[in-house]
Amino acid sequence: MAESAITNVLLCGIGGQGVLTASEILAEAAIAAGHDVKKTEVAGMAQRGGVVTSHLRFGPKIFSPAIPPGQADVLLAFELAEGLRWISHLKPSGIALVNTMRVIPPVVSTGLFSYPVDPLADIRASGTRMVPIDAGGIAKELGNARLVNSVMLGAVAGALPFAPDSVKECLVKRFSAKKPELGVLNAQAFEAGRAAAAAGAKAA
Amino acid sequence: MMSGNEAVARAAWESGLALASAYPGTPSTEILEELTQYPDLNAQWAVNEKVALEVAIGAAVAGSRSLAAMKQVGVNVAADPLMSQSLAGVVGGLVLVVADDVGLSSSQNEQDTRFWGRFAHIPVMEPADAQEAFEMTKAAFDLSEKFETIVILRLTTRVCHVKSLVTVGERRPPNSEGGFTYDPNRWVLVPSTAKRRLPLQAEREKALKAESESSPLNVVEQGSDKRVGFVTSGPGYLHVKESFPDAPVLKLGLSHPAPFEIIRAFAGTVERLVVVEETEKLLETELKAEGIGCTGKDILPSNGELAPEILIPAIAKFLGEPVPVRKLAHDSSLVFPRPPTMCVGCPHLGVYYTLSKLRRQVTISGDIGCYTLGALHPWKALDTTTCMGASLTMALGLDKGRLPKDADKSVVAVIGDSTFLHMGIQGLLNLVYNKGNATVLILDNQTVGMTGGQDHPGTGKDAYGMPAPKVDFIKLIEALGVKPERIHKINPYMMPVLFKTLKDEMAIPEVSVIITDQPCVLIEDHQRFAPYTVIEEACTGCGNCLKTGCPAILVRKRETVAKNGKDQELAFVDIDISGCTGCGLCTETCGPDAIKRMMPPTKTSKEAQAHG
Repeated sequence: MAESAITNVLLCGIGGQGVLTASEILAEAAIAAGHDVKKTEVAGMAQRGGVVTSHLRFGPKIFSPAIPPGQADVLLAFELAEGLRWISHLKPSGIALVNTMRVIPPVVSTGLFSYPVDPLADIRASGTRMVPIDAGGIAKELGNARLVNSVMLGAVAGALPFAPDSVKECLVKRFSAKKPELGVLNAQAFEAGRAAAAAGAKAA
Repeated sequence: MMSGNEAVARAAWESGLALASAYPGTPSTEILEELTQYPDLNAQWAVNEKVALEVAIGAAVAGSRSLAAMKQVGVNVAADPLMSQSLAGVVGGLVLVVADDVGLSSSQNEQDTRFWGRFAHIPVMEPADAQEAFEMTKAAFDLSEKFETIVILRLTTRVCHVKSLVTVGERRPPNSEGGFTYDPNRWVLVPSTAKRRLPLQAEREKALKAESESSPLNVVEQGSDKRVGFVTSGPGYLHVKESFPDAPVLKLGLSHPAPFEIIRAFAGTVERLVVVEETEKLLETELKAEGIGCTGKDILPSNGELAPEILIPAIAKFLGEPVPVRKLAHDSSLVFPRPPTMCVGCPHLGVYYTLSKLRRQVTISGDIGCYTLGALHPWKALDTTTCMGASLTMALGLDKGRLPKDADKSVVAVIGDSTFLHMGIQGLLNLVYNKGNATVLILDNQTVGMTGGQDHPGTGKDAYGMPAPKVDFIKLIEALGVKPERIHKINPYMMPVLFKTLKDEMAIPEVSVIITDQPCVLIEDHQRFAPYTVIEEACTGCGNCLKTGCPAILVRKRETVAKNGKDQELAFVDIDISGCTGCGLCTETCGPDAIKRMMPPTKTSKEAQAHG
C-alpha cells in the first residue's frame, strides 16, 4: 500500500461553524469515488465554543482514522487563527485553504491572551502553500453567514483527487433534502468559494 | 457510513434488542439517541448509570435482550449491580457498552474499563472501528446468552466518533420463548446464594477462557518483518497497522479472558513481543505473570492514545534505530488557547458573575456539567469538582470540616438539573439530615446541556421526545426536608434578585435551595430577543460587562490611562449582534447605561420587559 494512495484532509474551525457537516459531505464524495473512508473528530465540549477538528482520510484501505502531525495533504481552516494552529499538520507539499474570518474568543476579548497580529504571514512563513479565502464576506454577500462551510467546500473541491462537481452534488443533495431553495443557495456559495480559491491561487 | 455508536445501535437492533437504558455522557451519548430511531424496542434515559444497568438486568432476567450504555466514569456508579449480577448472571443477552474517553477530551479522569471485566469476572470485547463495533455487538449478545453472563463491549472515543463504512443486515426477532423463571437460589443474592454461585462463576470464566482461545475474534495476522510482533486490541490495532504494515500482529477482539495459548504461540514466531494497549498496563502484566516475555508500558505512555506519532518513534528507539524527527511548520502552542466556554446568553452566566462578586465570602462546591466551566476565566467561581453529585455531599464536608481560617465563609453548592436527579437527591437529603449549613444552587436549564440536550425526568419528555411525567423540583426538595421558606425559584437573568437572595440565604445557618429556571440556549424552549448594541460614545471602557463571560461581547479598543496616579486598563466593547440572544444580562453590569436594545422587542413577553 503506497502512502501516496491515501489522501488526508484536516478540517479545523470552531464549534457551530459547520466543520463536521462539511467533513461529512467530503466523506460522501470520497465514498462515491470508490474510496475506503474514515473520519474522526473530538466532539463533546467542542460545541461550547472550543476548537473543532475533523480528520478525513480516504484511499484503498484506511486503518488509523487520525492524521498525524505533518501528514495532511489538505488543510481546510474555517477560521484564521485555527489555520495557524493546525498548519503543523500539513505536509510540506500540502495546501492550506484558510478562511480569513477572525472569531475572537472570551480569553482574547477579556485580555488574557492576544490574537496573532498577522496569522496569514505566519502561515506563509511556514513555507507551505496557502490560499486565503474571505468565506465570511462571501457568505454575508449571499445573505447568510451560515453559508461559510459551503464556500469552504467550494474552495477545497479543486484540491481533491476527484471531480469538484461530485462534492457539489453531495452538498446540493444534502441541503435540497431540507428545502429546495437551500440547495440552490448552497450551490451558489460553493461556486463562489471555487472562484475565490481559483483567484487566490493565481494571486499566490 | 456510520460512527461506532451508530453501528452499535444498528447491530443491537438487528440482534433483537428489546430494551436499552443509558445516561448520557461523551463519548457514549449517541448510542441511545440512535436507538430511539429504531422501531420495536424500548429506549430510555435513566437518571444514572446504576439505574440504567439495573433496568437492563431486569429485562435480561425476564428473558429479553437488553443493553446499557455509559461512559467510563459511569461504570463506577454502576459497579454495585455489575459486581453482584456477575454471580446470578442473565438469561436474555445483556451487553454493557462502555465508552472510554481515552485522551480525556471531556471527562474528569481517564479510566480503563477493561479492569471491570477482570474485577467482575465478565468477558470484555474490544472493537477497533465501526464495522467491528457492529460485528462485535452481535457477537456480544450471542456470547452473553451462551454463557448467561453480562458482556462488556469496550469502546473508546476513536471507535465511538469515527465514521467508516459499515455493511448491515436484517433484524432478528426479539426473544419470545422462555421468560422469568422462579429461582430464588439464583436471583436472590443472599450470602448463601452468592456462595453457591461463586464456583459457577469460576467455571464460567474457565469456559470463557477456552472460548477466547478458539474465538474468531482473536486473530493472528502474519507479517514479513518479524523483529517485533504486536499484541493489541481496540483502536491500538489500527495504530499498529498504520505504523508497521509489515509486522506480525495478534489482534484481540475478545480480550478478556485473554487467550494465553494463542499469545504464547504467537510470541514464539517473533523476535520481540510488544503489547500495545490503551490505556493501562493490564494485559502486559497478565502476560508477564504467565511467563510470556514482552514489553509495553516501559516504552509506551500509560495515558492517551497510542497514535502512530507515538508508536513509530517509541519502537524505533526500542530497536535501537534512529528516531525519525519531523520538523513541524509552526509551533501551535504559540497560538492562544481556545477552551470551551459557556454559550452566548447562557442562563448560567449571571449565576457565575454573581458568585464571582461574592468570591471572598464563599467556598463553592461544584459538580459535573456545563456549569463546571464556571471554574474558568473570567468567573473563576468554583473551588472543587470531583464527580457527579459530589457538590452537595462535599458541601456538607466543607461545612463540618471547616477550620478557623474559613469560619466566616459560607458554603455554596452548585449542581445542574440532570445532575441533581442523577446523584444530587441523596446528597441533599444527607445535607439536610445531618444539619448542614450550605446554600444549594440548582441551575435548572431544563436539559442535559453538556452532552447536547438530552431529556430527563425534569424536562417532561422521554428519550423519544414524547410527553412524560415531569418532576416538581420544589415539592421534591421540600420532601427531602428543606424548609419551604428556604426554597426559591429565580430567573437567573435578574441578577440583583439573585444576588440579594443568595446573600440572604448564605447568612442563614441552614440548608437553602435556590433554583434558577431559564432554559439552555441550545434547546427549543429557549426564546431569543432583539439583540443589544453598545452606544460607542457612552462606553467608558470599564470592562464590567466582559466579566459576565458572554462570548458575544468583544473588545473594540484597549487603552491604558492614568487614574489617581495608577495605570488603569480600559476595554471599550462591541456586541456581536449575530450572536446576541437579547438576554440583557450585560445591561445589568453597565454603569453608564451604554448598552441598548437595537429595536423594540418583537414579543412583549414578561421576559422581554424584565430584561429592559
